[in-house]
Amino acid sequence: MTTLTTERTGDRAAAPAPGPQRTPRTKRAALHVFLVGTCIVWLLPLLYALYTALRPYADTQRDGYVSVGGHYGFGNFTAAWDQARLPHYFWNSVIITVPALVITLFLASMVAFVVARFNFKINIALLLLFTAGNLLPQQAIITPLFKMYQLIPLPDWLAASGKLDDSFIGLILINVAFQTGFCAFVLSNYMRTIPKELGEAALVDGASAWRQYWQLVMPLCRPVLAALATLEFTWIYNDFFWATVLMQTGDNRPITAALNNLQGQFFTNNNLISAAALIVAVPTLVVFFALQKQFISGLTLGANKG
Amino acid sequence: MTAVEGAAAPRTTPPKTKRRKLRQLTVRDRVILGLMAGIPTLITVAFVWVPALASIVLSFSSWSGFGDFSTIQWVGTENYKNIFTIYPPFDPAIQHNLIWLAVFFLVPAPFGLFLATQLDKQIRFSRIYQSVLFLPVVLSMALIGFMTELIFSPTQGLINNLTGHADHHVIDWMGNPHLNIWAVMIMACWRQAGYVMVLYLAGLKSVDPSLKEAAALDGANGKQTFRHVVWPALRPINVVVLVITIIESLRAFDIVYVINKGTNGLELLSVLVTDNIVGEASRIGFGSALATILLVISLAFIVPYLISMFREDERG
Repeated sequence: MTTLTTERTGDRAAAPAPGPQRTPRTKRAALHVFLVGTCIVWLLPLLYALYTALRPYADTQRDGYVSVGGHYGFGNFTAAWDQARLPHYFWNSVIITVPALVITLFLASMVAFVVARFNFKINIALLLLFTAGNLLPQQAIITPLFKMYQLIPLPDWLAASGKLDDSFIGLILINVAFQTGFCAFVLSNYMRTIPKELGEAALVDGASAWRQYWQLVMPLCRPVLAALATLEFTWIYNDFFWATVLMQTGDNRPITAALNNLQGQFFTNNNLISAAALIVAVPTLVVFFALQKQFISGLTLGANKG
Repeated sequence: MTAVEGAAAPRTTPPKTKRRKLRQLTVRDRVILGLMAGIPTLITVAFVWVPALASIVLSFSSWSGFGDFSTIQWVGTENYKNIFTIYPPFDPAIQHNLIWLAVFFLVPAPFGLFLATQLDKQIRFSRIYQSVLFLPVVLSMALIGFMTELIFSPTQGLINNLTGHADHHVIDWMGNPHLNIWAVMIMACWRQAGYVMVLYLAGLKSVDPSLKEAAALDGANGKQTFRHVVWPALRPINVVVLVITIIESLRAFDIVYVINKGTNGLELLSVLVTDNIVGEASRIGFGSALATILLVISLAFIVPYLISMFREDERG
């Protein structure tokens, strides 16, 4: 390794021919112009939504949507927040997203541990089952699933609907079932990189398989778990399809799906819709600003090995 | 690593094969490992694979979904015959799915690669550009549906107001069945390009820089280096992008459902499946046949992809 590096620098010193890094100044300037332009276009939809949300409907009616002047304020935001009871729907999202996220990571890490740390014959088949399941379009399984949900009863204290259909538990379960595959895949790839000797040593020391998982492997997986948690939070929070089909009681829908019924009922103009859409985007924007590194590493971890 | 090996050394006999280590597992450990893999497998099988297989089985039946299983009538391939001959929304849905696939393949995939290669050069502000271009990826597809309405709404939208079509000569981006799919595609690409870019950026980072330097020393220009050094090294990422492109075009649902429930120019296979279970129409058999078509198309891409991936895994 060291010899290689010195060799390379030596070569470079001998041959002054510059590497691929050097681009002419004008070319570089053109690239920046292009990138700035693209970025402006990329931000335009969100900036337009924000600008529209800050203006009263009456002003945009009078002057048009692309105009300057009139009043600016948070009136649309407070109106959307109060009239449509957005806090209530946010709470629904919390009730679904948090347990689904925790259970998914827990189950996925257990499967990954078994598959990655032991040489059972069934391992590849298991991994295939999970990964392929995660790649299916949701709509390919919804018809029988919907019927199943209507047929599986739940006690009243668990679900007001008395069945899996139209219940919070049902939504949590399907999110778990669907997302476990991706997480198991990513986690098993990561756990494979942990030296086998570590587990074997623990086994010889008399540590049970469970202790090996919980006290040895899991702490080492913290960075991946953080990345996956960020990614899964965003995906489950952003889920629209499961909630739309499997939760008929509009009042119990998580906010991403609820926004659709509220449209037309409470959100009658684009100014209000803009405000509501931006409010709903806030948790994912927090992820974007605070946890972007984790989100991206979660995405690329899943892709790099697959 | 060395420390652990050292610590374990005094107690362990010389290293044996893994098979021996497995036999050393106690019964209790075996039960625990079985449960650890078994419970998640059971959930995935029950809620993903059983419905997937049931889709296929029920696609040969006629069932309203009301009443018990004895009310199911087996009708052979009649559902499929009806879908291909007398079901009007099927052709437009297939067309729109194909448009979706073609556009995703031709626009965000190459554009994402282009952005990634540009941002991978050591230029200033690269991080900021990356972040901005990545922003739409965190937004939900449903939200992007709402954004589509904001931008393309005929009288209140940005495009028509900017181009002076809001008051007269109104272009009905959302209502015209020949235009609305393109408005939707523009916004879908807005999100997809950032996604592809991030994947390629990660791939480019893993290309050995010494390879690029060697190519440059041999007198290769930027284009040649890319074609002969970088592109071959990106092969695994290309496969991932291809799979994502296909899967995302088959899964597309949220955007069009938010806009008009996937009607009037925005029909998609996924929407047709859903239409047969929600609302008044409950045609389990017919919906399952549509779902099976979707399932078969997806598995035709998923299975070869996974097989090749696990093969490479074993070799590596």
